[in-house]
Amino acid sequence: MNMMSSARKKLVVVGNGMAGMRTVEEILQRAPGMFDITVFGAEPQPNYDRIMLSPLLAGDKSFEQIVINSLAWYQANNIKLITGEAVQDINRYSRTVTGEHGSVSRYDILLLATGSNPFVLPLPGVTRPGVMTFRSVADVEQMLSIAAPGKNAVIIGGGLLGLEAAHGLNLRGMSVSVVHLMPTLMERQLDASAAHLLERKLGARGMNIYISANTESFDGAGDNGHVQSVTLKDGQCLKADLVVMAVGIRPNATLAKACGLATDRGVLVDDTMRTSDPDIFAIGECIEHNKQCYGLVAPIWDMAKVAADHICGVAQPVFSPVAAGTRLKVSGIEMFSAGAFMGDKSTEDIVLRDAARGVYKRLVLREDRLVGVVCFGDTRDAGWYFELLKNGDSLGTLRDTMIFGPATATGDPDTALAALADSAEICGCNGIKKATICNAIAEHGLTTIEDVRTRTKASASCGSCTGLVEGLLKLSLGADYAPEAAKPMCKCTLHGHDEVRRRIKNAALKTIPAIMQAMQWLTPNGCASCRPALNFYLLVAWPGEYVDDAQSRLVNERMHANIQKDGTYSVVPRMWGGTTSAQELRAIADVVDKFSIPAVKVTGGQRIDMLGVKKEDLRAVWQDLNAAGLVSGHAYGKALRTVKTCVGSEWCRFGVQDSTALGVALEKATWGSWHPHKVKLAVSGCPRNCAEATIKDFGVVATDAGWDLHVGGNGGIKVRATELLCKVMTEQDVMEYACAFLQLYRMEARYLERTAPWIERVGLKYVQERIVDNAEIRTALFADFLYAQKFAQTDPWAEEASDKTLGRKFNAIAELV
Amino acid sequence: MDGMRVVENFDDIGALEDIPRLGARTVTTTLGDVAVFRTADDTLYALRDQCPHKAGPLSQGIVHGDSVTCPLHGWVISLQTGHAMGLDKGCTPRFTVKVENGRILLASGVIA
Ligand code: SRM
Ligand SMILES: Cc1cc2nc3c(=O)[nH]c(=O)nc-3n(C[C@H](O)[C@H](O)[C@H](O)COP(=O)(O)OP(=O)(O)OC[C@H]3O[C@@H](n4cnc5c(N)ncnc54)[C@H](O)[C@@H]3O)c2cc1C
Ligand code: SF4
Ligand code: FES
Repeated sequence: MNMMSSARKKLVVVGNGMAGMRTVEEILQRAPGMFDITVFGAEPQPNYDRIMLSPLLAGDKSFEQIVINSLAWYQANNIKLITGEAVQDINRYSRTVTGEHGSVSRYDILLLATGSNPFVLPLPGVTRPGVMTFRSVADVEQMLSIAAPGKNAVIIGGGLLGLEAAHGLNLRGMSVSVVHLMPTLMERQLDASAAHLLERKLGARGMNIYISANTESFDGAGDNGHVQSVTLKDGQCLKADLVVMAVGIRPNATLAKACGLATDRGVLVDDTMRTSDPDIFAIGECIEHNKQCYGLVAPIWDMAKVAADHICGVAQPVFSPVAAGTRLKVSGIEMFSAGAFMGDKSTEDIVLRDAARGVYKRLVLREDRLVGVVCFGDTRDAGWYFELLKNGDSLGTLRDTMIFGPATATGDPDTALAALADSAEICGCNGIKKATICNAIAEHGLTTIEDVRTRTKASASCGSCTGLVEGLLKLSLGADYAPEAAKPMCKCTLHGHDEVRRRIKNAALKTIPAIMQAMQWLTPNGCASCRPALNFYLLVAWPGEYVDDAQSRLVNERMHANIQKDGTYSVVPRMWGGTTSAQELRAIADVVDKFSIPAVKVTGGQRIDMLGVKKEDLRAVWQDLNAAGLVSGHAYGKALRTVKTCVGSEWCRFGVQDSTALGVALEKATWGSWHPHKVKLAVSGCPRNCAEATIKDFGVVATDAGWDLHVGGNGGIKVRATELLCKVMTEQDVMEYACAFLQLYRMEARYLERTAPWIERVGLKYVQERIVDNAEIRTALFADFLYAQKFAQTDPWAEEASDKTLGRKFNAIAELV
Repeated sequence: MDGMRVVENFDDIGALEDIPRLGARTVTTTLGDVAVFRTADDTLYALRDQCPHKAGPLSQGIVHGDSVTCPLHGWVISLQTGHAMGLDKGCTPRFTVKVENGRILLASGVIA
């Protein structure tokens, strides 16, 4: 017996986990009986599938189902298993390892497979009962001892592990919140678009997701009481019976370091999985190879093969990591990502968004090769993409159609549509089948999308099937089909402005990413042309609800000032109807002196412009102006600019009405409103028209009988005089008609279309039908305008002054001088 | 091929959250302002804050994909290379920038 064992080499394995046991299996395959094998495991269980802890937590699997190597297996293979005893010491001179309970084993070859430790945030209260990590069976047991329907769980970390914990606890009936530091979930596996879809899906399952949120402390009674709540840095307090921290892992290199092996973040190994001591190998999550650590099993399986070859001396392969793919194991949420899915220098994207099915796919190409993949909502083709990625072959002609997956990668979408059964549903909202649409086209001689919508209702609601309906028109009419020539908004989309606005309303799209997903944008986040337009459309569609996106504003609107050719800004405070006072003028004069503003000018809009203000001074300038009661003039905005007035009947010998007072009232009612383009009003006190009202967007001219209302004028390169909208009697009428007109313009004109080209496009008659002939529409528009103004009339500068960020955007973040 | 690559001396210029996604902030340096951009994917890029066209402040433009549109006359500049895209010709110097533990580190050397 003694002779036998001394004849065989002794292999000791530290760590009874996935990496260690896989290596042992590989060794047994190559050279059964070559080693006396001893395994130390700190955990009391035999080797189990750690990946399956998520289904174990969710209740989809039992512990027995996730065991990989049963006790019987160790016995059958003559392996001495010491469970529940962590190795405490390695002596490289006597070649012995010692366990915490005193077991000593000699080795000829030592294999370290100690895995990693969950990272624990060093925050106040972290040692309270109920605050835990997610790594082992013991952790799951502890969670389940607390989890119960109605109780609250807070997960710190919205990565793969955190979300799987959240899902499991959600299934156990807990009310779950996820606190994530970054602005999007799973940022290491998903790009922003896919993360947005994921967030929506989890939200729909009742989880509360707090993104860009930082944890402050874990609170409870006394110093050591069970956790009761989690406080966030912004002051929010979340109830918590259970806190799971899933903020990352650290390679467990403690033992290796203590016995003098080379370590950095992990145990350093070469291409053969050897550490700095040739008799000691290391593998799994505890290692660091070429500056890289690992947290997924696929590369670990490769390591196990390499290590086994070298340990048994049967071959001399080297470990060269290949891209690994990640999937989220949350039932009902399909997600896959692999490789350089974020894209980088010199990559290109192919993006497919199938809004109806909630699918997002992004393929990242470098030159002619696939280097990254993100699939959300449909991962059927993930395996195929992953193979293409790993093989790294030139894509050639596959490139054009590969986004549709292997099935259609060679055919074209029209063929697929033609092959659809007659009973296939095309329009989900209205339950319209393919045959219904094709029959209607044939029977009634329909030729356009609009025709089909009126006749069958197909694509008339959310509109996400518009592409399919168009495809059917094309199939039915062949060469006769001439698609409506709606000009796309920009190169990021195939849709025109009107279609986008229709969809925002009908499909209740409420954020820019939601529009881009639903309408299948071709770029990841739009461009400088579509983003400001979408931001505006959302503002108009969802007043009081939509939160303005500063990063989608053109510079002037973001800085609330006009950028000048030298990068300085001009500042134009409002002067209601062109009126001012000594106090206002004094405040302006003081500001000009205090900030050495180089130029002051009276504008063509009846107010004062301070030019050449430095970006860093903007806030302070406005603090002083605000203090004197002045507010922003929006001289920079696609917004209401000025209401010019003349002196009118108060002073002027010809004046028949008080044009100044009406102008001031109009400006007070309409300032702050955002529009497709700039909007200017003017009020003249008699037909001599000194306020130039007939070249304004909305011009008002007093007559003996009341007021003439004019619309659609502008100066500029192509001067256009207004057309007469109608005549009204009272100031109240003027107010109602003006606001109703502005609202119609806001709701229907395309971004960057001034009132003049808009009216030329839709016709004056169309506008009159709504504003003049139909009192019901007019009053509704008026009410909508007033409602929207409730949220719009805040001075941006007063807001900046109270902003917690202390105007950071106006200053450099750092000075390196 | 990058000609010379001087990547010594990283300066901590702030936290990642100091820059909004799809936005930019500037850093004052002896060589003039440097604009640090953050894309939707949290990739950071740093360019001299001057458009190759007429020196417009690129930090004030709209960021989309890996490009920025200059606020003055709408040139589109690649954040990766500093080159003007499309038919426009010109280039803005780049700097190396990276994130470690949530902090933004900017290298003082220009990538030529
Ligand atoms: C400051 C001012 C000139 C002045 O010193 O008087 C001015 C300055 C500019 N005008 Fe103007 N316009 C000014 C009154 C006018 C007027 C007169 C008026 O409002 O009665 C007109 C003709 C009326 C009209 O709007 O149709 C006018 C027609 C234009 C146009 C042509 C618009 C068009 O639809 O064709 C542009 C170009 C544009 O907006 O695309 C323009 C654009 C500009 C811009 C914004 C050019 C730019 O993009 O940088 C200038 C901004 C200067 C700055 O940084 O402040 N400005 N501009 C006037 C500011 C008025 C105010 O208090 O807000
Ligand atoms: C909940 C969860 C879900 C996951 N999902 C996936 C997934 O979907 N896909 C994927 O690829 N990966 C997933 N992983 C990661 C995967 O489980 C790990 O990459 C893998 O388990 C690493 O294997 P390892 O042997 O290096 O470490 P481990 O499996 O952790 O094994 C290390 C073992 O060593 C023991 N040990 C440590 N120190 C000592 C000591 N001094 N003495 C004795 N024993 C010691 C530990 O107790 C442990 O049992 C998931 C992980 C978790 C926790
Ligand atoms: S329009 Fe001319 S005439 Fe009429 S009130 Fe004004 S200044 Fe007087
Ligand atoms: S200065 Fe940038 S486009 Fe002109």
